[in-house]
Amino acid sequence: MPAPVESKTANQTLAARIRKTLSSTEREFSLDVEFSAAPGFTILFGPSGSGKSTLLDCVAGLATPDAGRIAAGERILFDTNTRKNLAVAKRGIGYVLQDLALFPHLTVEQNTEYGLAHLPQSERKQRAAEMLREFGIDHLRERRPAEISGGERQRVALARSLVTEPCVLLLDEPLAALDAHTKAKILDDLRRWNQAHCIPILYVTHSRAEVIAVGERVIVMDEGCIVARGTPHEVLRAPLQETVAQLAGFENIFDATVWLVHEDRGTMTCRLHGTKPDCFVLLETPLIRAEVGSRLRVGVRAGDILLAIGKPVGLSARNVIPGRLISLERRDMIISARVDCGVEMDVYLTLAARDALQLETGREVWLVIKTYSCHLMQR
Amino acid sequence: MAIDWQAFRLTIELALVVSAILLMAGLPLAYWIAFSRWKWKFIVEALVALPIVLPPTVLGFYVLVALGSLSPLGRWWQSLTGHPLAFTFTGLVIGSILYSLPFAVQPFAASFSSVDRKLLAASATLGASPSRTFFRVIVPLSMPGLVTGVALAFAHTMGEFGVVLMVGGNIPGVTRTISISVYDQVQASNYAGANAMAVLLLIFCFGVLMVVYGLNRRAPTQRLWLLGPIK
Repeated sequence: MPAPVESKTANQTLAARIRKTLSSTEREFSLDVEFSAAPGFTILFGPSGSGKSTLLDCVAGLATPDAGRIAAGERILFDTNTRKNLAVAKRGIGYVLQDLALFPHLTVEQNTEYGLAHLPQSERKQRAAEMLREFGIDHLRERRPAEISGGERQRVALARSLVTEPCVLLLDEPLAALDAHTKAKILDDLRRWNQAHCIPILYVTHSRAEVIAVGERVIVMDEGCIVARGTPHEVLRAPLQETVAQLAGFENIFDATVWLVHEDRGTMTCRLHGTKPDCFVLLETPLIRAEVGSRLRVGVRAGDILLAIGKPVGLSARNVIPGRLISLERRDMIISARVDCGVEMDVYLTLAARDALQLETGREVWLVIKTYSCHLMQR
Repeated sequence: MAIDWQAFRLTIELALVVSAILLMAGLPLAYWIAFSRWKWKFIVEALVALPIVLPPTVLGFYVLVALGSLSPLGRWWQSLTGHPLAFTFTGLVIGSILYSLPFAVQPFAASFSSVDRKLLAASATLGASPSRTFFRVIVPLSMPGLVTGVALAFAHTMGEFGVVLMVGGNIPGVTRTISISVYDQVQASNYAGANAMAVLLLIFCFGVLMVVYGLNRRAPTQRLWLLGPIK
């Protein structure tokens, strides 16, 4: 389209104010958010159950808010004041779900043409072919979704949504199952596409790595509310609230008391409170302006902890803590190991590390934590 | 007495008409059962399932009363066509539709509800109307259930007895089906004739069910797509 990009950009911003209460027998959940998403990527970041998917469903029209207003540029999609509620099929919003929802009985080409029913067949074919070329999957035209790889399916799902030229694109953890390389290539394709189209893309994830890789702007959600927003750097590097901290990748957060202050070394020792009253762990942390006995919180990323099967010697790291492995759990391509060392700590390992160390539960291990991997937060 | 081919042809004709009508009428009913959120839906579901447990004579009795010249329906039909509904082929079709309804509608509804709701959501976000979603996504993905439903309705109508006897009686070439013919010949102590008809019905019904289950076994969810998506 030769339409001027600037004016399109200015008009395309998605603005939403959504309030919705979902009640089931177990719990009541309410979503209460107000945000706008300019053209480009906006990441919706938060733990599962924080309302990210409900929010997307409301924008797409698959769920109806109790109150609020949703507009894409000048177009009002939903407004409780004027009782407007545009049908899903009329919203023109692309939505790629986590499990993609490709039509299993249709070929890649038929899937891609699905949203173009209003066009004559020749144009339909042509637009689908262009889109498949753009996403590098035109050689799969005749295949069915069951016959192609996960990354290829992902591309088909994107192509199927984008070929309809949506005014907003919603992506619900679309790349969660893919390896980093495939993920990066698909993101590049998507970025390139959006340079020409300039629509807001709401990208839901609970992966910190994806926030950094994708993010231009981040909205952090927790329990149905927006708890922080800004650039990935602002939101993740300087956690202000504990929810943000947990989301920012501190799998381990402990209540602690300042035990000793070593002004000369620029460090201090904090005593972590264990789950049982007589259990504690001493941890050397960076020095902050704090008195002995003052209470704070310490966060350590699971990926920043080293795990050894013998007591390591000659290390620069100041914290070497003995403990016992209490569980090993596989998550995607990493192993989450839980170690009881007075407090329980989660440690991330690669599959290869688990196999090389022949780890199993009950095993005695040592945790190695650098002083500067301990992040202090106020309590 | 040899095989009563007239009864055989009549029975197949009846089964074809009934399963065709059940296919057309059963689709919207099954769609409603599968997707409606009406809180009294269970009443309709129970009503649809009723013919499974009701004795055919009871069902047949009420159909007979409803079709008879004393009922409004019977009177209306008679004023329209000049002859009564009861003891005619049309009456038999109406009785059989009610009798075989659950055998078509239940497999339809079950296969509709087993279609992944995410596919329906995806279809809607791609701008498809509910009817386009129905014909391009729900129906192709429910093909095994649709085939099963039609085949069961067909085979079930082939073998019905009680309703036919109550509503249609035993008029050769009009309402005498195979099962009536078998009964008739047993009454007349013609066991050889009864056996010939019974074997014929047995083989035919077994054959129909074998074809259906064979198709469904080859690909419980996939292979029937080879019948092709609706373009």
